[in-house]
Amino acid sequence: MTTESLIWLIPLPPLLAFFLILLFTKQNNRLSHIVGVSAAALSWLFGNLVFLAAIGVEHFGEHPFTSALDWLPLGSGALSIGVLIDPLSAAVLFFVAWTVLMIFIYSIGYHNFGQPKGDQDQPGLPPQGAIEKHGKDTHNVPSIEPMYARFFAFIALFAFGMFTLVVSDNLLTLFVGWEIMGLCSYLLIGFWYGKESARDAAMKAFMTTRIGDVFMLLGIVALYSATGTLNFREILYDHHVLDVLASSPSGVLGLSAAGLIGILLLIGTIGKSAQWPLHVWLPDAMEGPTPVSAMIHAATMVSAGVYMVLRMFPLLSAGWHHGDPLTEAMLAMAIIGAFTALFAATIAFTQRDIKRVLAYSTISQLGYMIAALGIGAYVAAAFHLITHAFFKALLFLGSGSVIHGVEHGVLHTDDHVDPQDMFNMGGLRKKMPITFWTFLIGGFALSGFPLVTAGFWSKDEILADAFANGYTLVFITLALAALLTAFYTMRQITLTFLGEPRSKAAEHAHETPRTMTMPLTILAVFAVIAGWVGIPEHFPVIGGLIPNWLHDFIGGTLLEHPEAVDFNMIPLLVSLGVALGGLLLGWLVYRNVKAGDEDPLRKPLGPIYSLLENKYYFDEIYDRVFVKPAGRFAKTFSYMFLDRQVIDGTLHWLARQSFRLGGFFRNAIDIPIINRPADRGADITQGFGRVLRLVQTGKIQQYMLLAMLITFGGLFLFIFSTLR
Amino acid sequence: MIPLSWYLALAAALFCIGFYGVLSRKNAVAILMGIELMLNAVNINLVAFWRYLSPENINGQAFAVVVFAVAAAEVAVGLALVISIYRRRKTVSAGEIDLMKW
Repeated sequence: MTTESLIWLIPLPPLLAFFLILLFTKQNNRLSHIVGVSAAALSWLFGNLVFLAAIGVEHFGEHPFTSALDWLPLGSGALSIGVLIDPLSAAVLFFVAWTVLMIFIYSIGYHNFGQPKGDQDQPGLPPQGAIEKHGKDTHNVPSIEPMYARFFAFIALFAFGMFTLVVSDNLLTLFVGWEIMGLCSYLLIGFWYGKESARDAAMKAFMTTRIGDVFMLLGIVALYSATGTLNFREILYDHHVLDVLASSPSGVLGLSAAGLIGILLLIGTIGKSAQWPLHVWLPDAMEGPTPVSAMIHAATMVSAGVYMVLRMFPLLSAGWHHGDPLTEAMLAMAIIGAFTALFAATIAFTQRDIKRVLAYSTISQLGYMIAALGIGAYVAAAFHLITHAFFKALLFLGSGSVIHGVEHGVLHTDDHVDPQDMFNMGGLRKKMPITFWTFLIGGFALSGFPLVTAGFWSKDEILADAFANGYTLVFITLALAALLTAFYTMRQITLTFLGEPRSKAAEHAHETPRTMTMPLTILAVFAVIAGWVGIPEHFPVIGGLIPNWLHDFIGGTLLEHPEAVDFNMIPLLVSLGVALGGLLLGWLVYRNVKAGDEDPLRKPLGPIYSLLENKYYFDEIYDRVFVKPAGRFAKTFSYMFLDRQVIDGTLHWLARQSFRLGGFFRNAIDIPIINRPADRGADITQGFGRVLRLVQTGKIQQYMLLAMLITFGGLFLFIFSTLR
Repeated sequence: MIPLSWYLALAAALFCIGFYGVLSRKNAVAILMGIELMLNAVNINLVAFWRYLSPENINGQAFAVVVFAVAAAEVAVGLALVISIYRRRKTVSAGEIDLMKW
């Protein structure tokens, strides 16, 4: 089989699994997860085979794997559907395949496969636990998720969307995968639809990303009308097309065509990757089960946004050369990305919910990547996307493991505390050692712990790029965000794992099953080694030990291969300083928090703290400015006026007229002309029948007599008439 | 030679006796016997006409033979029906066999 046909096959197993589970195996939990996990494993296998084939090709960026066929016939020509694996998508495919498989396996344990059914459980609500009897003792144990099979169907569809997006060779199929994921995130965030908060969160996520998607679709349409194609290679690897796009005016706000399209596409990314100001949906998306969070926040949806702008980078930067002032689209990216990185990091360090901290940290890290891309650090952005996917998936799965362990404690002790609140935890390092060590690795990678972790190398590269190219403001913002990142990560680790347990539930927490710890371990390995492929060659001491393979590989995606920046001590020292300083500060501040204590930062920060805790009141502002007026408008104008009066009124009038016309036809035509004669005919026939049946007596001799009489009568008449 | 009209009168008388039997008797076997009489009256007619009007052809005798054969078959079927009805309903009276009425 050729590599190209293998690429076509990558997205298919999860789609098949989705239909198989929903149509046939839904009743059987074991069969359903076997179908789901083996589909993910198949895609993983194909993805890795393709990746291995890709890294074996010399100058892969110039000779990528492509294959296409016509799909939608249009007036002239046709939209084609096709696959493209170039260095960028090969690298993304690699981490997507791994994280997706890990998340599938993890879900088996997270949804308590093998545990009894709970008596109180019902579909649409998280499992409440079951009572298990051991001789005379009874105690509460976790119970299996009531909609276990359905979960696997949904995440399989989600995986299909992501794989489609990664392998597609044009913006249209990319958009299809993008929207499939949008739908799935709605279904999965609202997975426990019995909870009102989950329903609201699902709706919020769907609506917020929809805003971005509409603009993105506009961008796609604008691109198609400007170039007549949506194929990446035809647009992005053609100097002529890019120059025309960059130099022709769009007529909107004085932007060039490339600038307008770039900004429209960027808005799509802002929605999907939860950048300010459309970031509000992502923290609420934590209502879904934890594997969903990992799926949405690490492996798939949010990465998709960054992946798309990386993909479109030649268009976004059309007409820009190293050292020139940034294009409008790049400038927008740099500003929004850097701002989001700092903004989300400040919120993260006041949150109490272990998953929400990670959600804001995701927003912040995505801001990093967008900002990096905005200042032209293409390879650094891709590098951070890859390493971030691994360590953030690890952190989310780890936090799920923590919640799962604490929930076990809650059930065991009947101490009804919130199992996601970090202030109820503490001391878990002894209870859950594997989770602790893997979480520690993930957390250190996130904070950029020097030398060892993957996050250090990718973050350092972004900072070095920003510094070397003179974007000082971006550099300072990102360094500040990195400091906060390290601080809130250490706060999280300290509150969760170190110190003494702060609740009975945490005291009785329990290490999670193998199906959950195994993915954690594998992801932890990647959270360390994924950084080693991109160590700068001029790094002191260890630079050059491992060649900087990633730079050449990813850089090959672009037409002009980006130069690696020269090594400089200042950004390295800064990134060392912020990482270590943040970690140390976090530990110092939070190491002595006792049960029932306030956050130690609440007093010194005062009103700023509550501002951050309430996320700068963005939810409230949006509610006041957009949601409520939209609701009022819908009620008064759309419903009361348009719907009830204009449309209903017209319809009622039409109905009355039809009724009247029908009455006329009935009274004037149907009844007198058709019904009456038909009825008369029937009556006459019936009368004849009533008389004639008297002849049928059943007595043979009467028949004979009758026959004789008629014969004689006939004979008599005949003779009489001939005689005359 | 006896004139043709005598034969015709005999046949007419025989036919009327048979027909009267068919109409008046209740017993199904007797009705069948009446039918036989009527058939034989016809046979007399056929043979008489043949002898007096066209003795050179054989068609009159042939008709009579066919009528005999059909009559024999008809009686066989008719008696079988009567026996079958008798077995089911313990009667052969035509007046009581009246299932086919309105």
